[in-house]
Amino acid sequence: MHADDPNHPMAAVSPEPGIAKPDPILTVDAVSRSFGGLKAVDVDHLEVQRGLITSMIGPNGAGKTTFFNLLTGFDDADSGTWSIDGTRLDGKPPHVVARSGVVRTFQLTKALAKMSVFDNLMLGAAGQQGERLTHALFPFLWRKQEAEVKERAEELLDRFKLGHMRDEYAGTLSGGQRKLLEMARALMVRPEIILLDEPMAGVNPALVQSLLGHVTALRDEGLTVIFIEHDMDVVMGISDWVVCLAQGSIISEGLPRAVGSDPKVIDAYLGTHLAEEATPADAPDLAPESTAHPEEPTS
Amino acid sequence: MDDLIRVFADALRGALGPDAAAFAIAAVGLNLHFGFTGLLNFGHVAFMAVGAYTMAIVVDAGLPLWVGVPAGMLAAVVLGLLLGGTTLRLRADYLAITTIAVGEIIRIMIRSRALEDVTGGVFGIQGVAADFFALNPFSPGNYGIWRVTFSERQLWVMVVGWTIALLCTLLVWALMRAPWGRVIKAIHEDEDAARALGKNAILLKAQSLCIGGAIGALAGMLLALERSAVDPNQYLPQQTFFVWTVMILGGAATIKGAMAGAVMFWFIILFAEGLLREGISQGIIPDWLLTSQQMFAVRFVIVGAMLIGLMIWRPQGVFGRREEVMIGAR
Repeated sequence: MHADDPNHPMAAVSPEPGIAKPDPILTVDAVSRSFGGLKAVDVDHLEVQRGLITSMIGPNGAGKTTFFNLLTGFDDADSGTWSIDGTRLDGKPPHVVARSGVVRTFQLTKALAKMSVFDNLMLGAAGQQGERLTHALFPFLWRKQEAEVKERAEELLDRFKLGHMRDEYAGTLSGGQRKLLEMARALMVRPEIILLDEPMAGVNPALVQSLLGHVTALRDEGLTVIFIEHDMDVVMGISDWVVCLAQGSIISEGLPRAVGSDPKVIDAYLGTHLAEEATPADAPDLAPESTAHPEEPTS
Repeated sequence: MDDLIRVFADALRGALGPDAAAFAIAAVGLNLHFGFTGLLNFGHVAFMAVGAYTMAIVVDAGLPLWVGVPAGMLAAVVLGLLLGGTTLRLRADYLAITTIAVGEIIRIMIRSRALEDVTGGVFGIQGVAADFFALNPFSPGNYGIWRVTFSERQLWVMVVGWTIALLCTLLVWALMRAPWGRVIKAIHEDEDAARALGKNAILLKAQSLCIGGAIGALAGMLLALERSAVDPNQYLPQQTFFVWTVMILGGAATIKGAMAGAVMFWFIILFAEGLLREGISQGIIPDWLLTSQQMFAVRFVIVGAMLIGLMIWRPQGVFGRREEVMIGAR
């Protein structure tokens, strides 16, 4: 269902920063993180709707990746709470967050280059008995589970069209294939929420379409997808909801079209001057006022 | 010619002897640390010392050997937990710095006056192997083929040593082929990737540190039993680097590398030493070039040069897989 559809689950939600969602899976409250004097993240309230694709956009340095790092335990927040379906995740280390059903990928892909593509996938599965030291030495304790994991890994290998690379070192994959592998590996965990940090960055345009197809497929299977993306065409095309961050705070959220035409978002991306040129009718009158606007955040 | 054969036979004897077995065991432990898990342990000798001394203290107190050996391994596990608890949260370099320091701290502690009542200070503890040699099934005499012969005591230490080396190798193989090993390899390459997939990286690194440390303790104990004594001068920092050499020679992150590396390391060292000694005593190497006093140090220069050559032309060691080393090396 496209986001412009009047029957879209989010059609009735008003586009205000921090607005409540009909069925939130992730709720974030008063999260902040400073690096020295710079407030990298300062999010008052955010709810993420279950089973949809929520995009996070914002100019470089807006705090999107830092926000991801905080949510997944890779960085420590100065303050704030967040929870998935009522389970608090703040202060939890990354592996606990992942085990709670929130799995992320990285902007710089972390395919394990010295392991085979297949082992990369096998690694992903959660709750493996054979990973426990007490069980590792006794194959009869984990062999059955290993076979199940293998089956799922084969499925995902086919689904992400990596079958021909099955036994190659992951280090031999192209950039785009690594993104696919990382996404597939994250799925091995069977997450409820998947956070994708710029899954399209550095991927050739032909593969972008296939990656987008995979992202929408995840949603259609009931996963909640949150992803960071710079390419506006991509964001507008597949998002159900868009959240725009600038200087660490949410300045706008709403259906893609609403956020795309929000002057605050255009300001944040293009700087005030350009934003005024974009609306030529106002340009001559507003020129002196521009000094009152914040400096270009993109610089 | 006969001299050359004798040098060869002596080198072979050393390469199969008790010391080589002990270094093979130690290298199996270090290989689990560095080769597989990527833990930069530059203080492996600390585990060897703690194992040997704990065993010696327990046996010296009148308790049997079968209490002493597990106690030594347990002490190494405790050392692993102490080291891991403080450094595994940090970047890998911090473990490296800490382990160098801990190796020296342990050595200086055991030779200190303050602990003389327990550790025997600079004199160490003698007569720790009575129980061990009482079990010796070989009757007095020389065993072996050709010129490679061993006394019944040496043979007993060798049999036990190489058996332990084999068992430890099998243990590491069994662990590494299990899903546990898969996570260990992942942690080696990119800890954050493993953590993002729900793997408790710190726990697994601590497990690796403790298991490898306990294996290192066994090596220390074997050396102590062979010499029937523990003495602080056996645990100089260079021991750690001999173990590193053994591991790299055989091939880090390979299963059979440690045992093969130990045999090769001792063979090269003893063969070089024997050749130099013969050369000097027969006047082939002139006195102004090298005297017999200097020879002892020069053999390590030769090993060092060989190691540099190995790193250039065969960085994966004798048994390693080249592709694996070369990926990401650019």
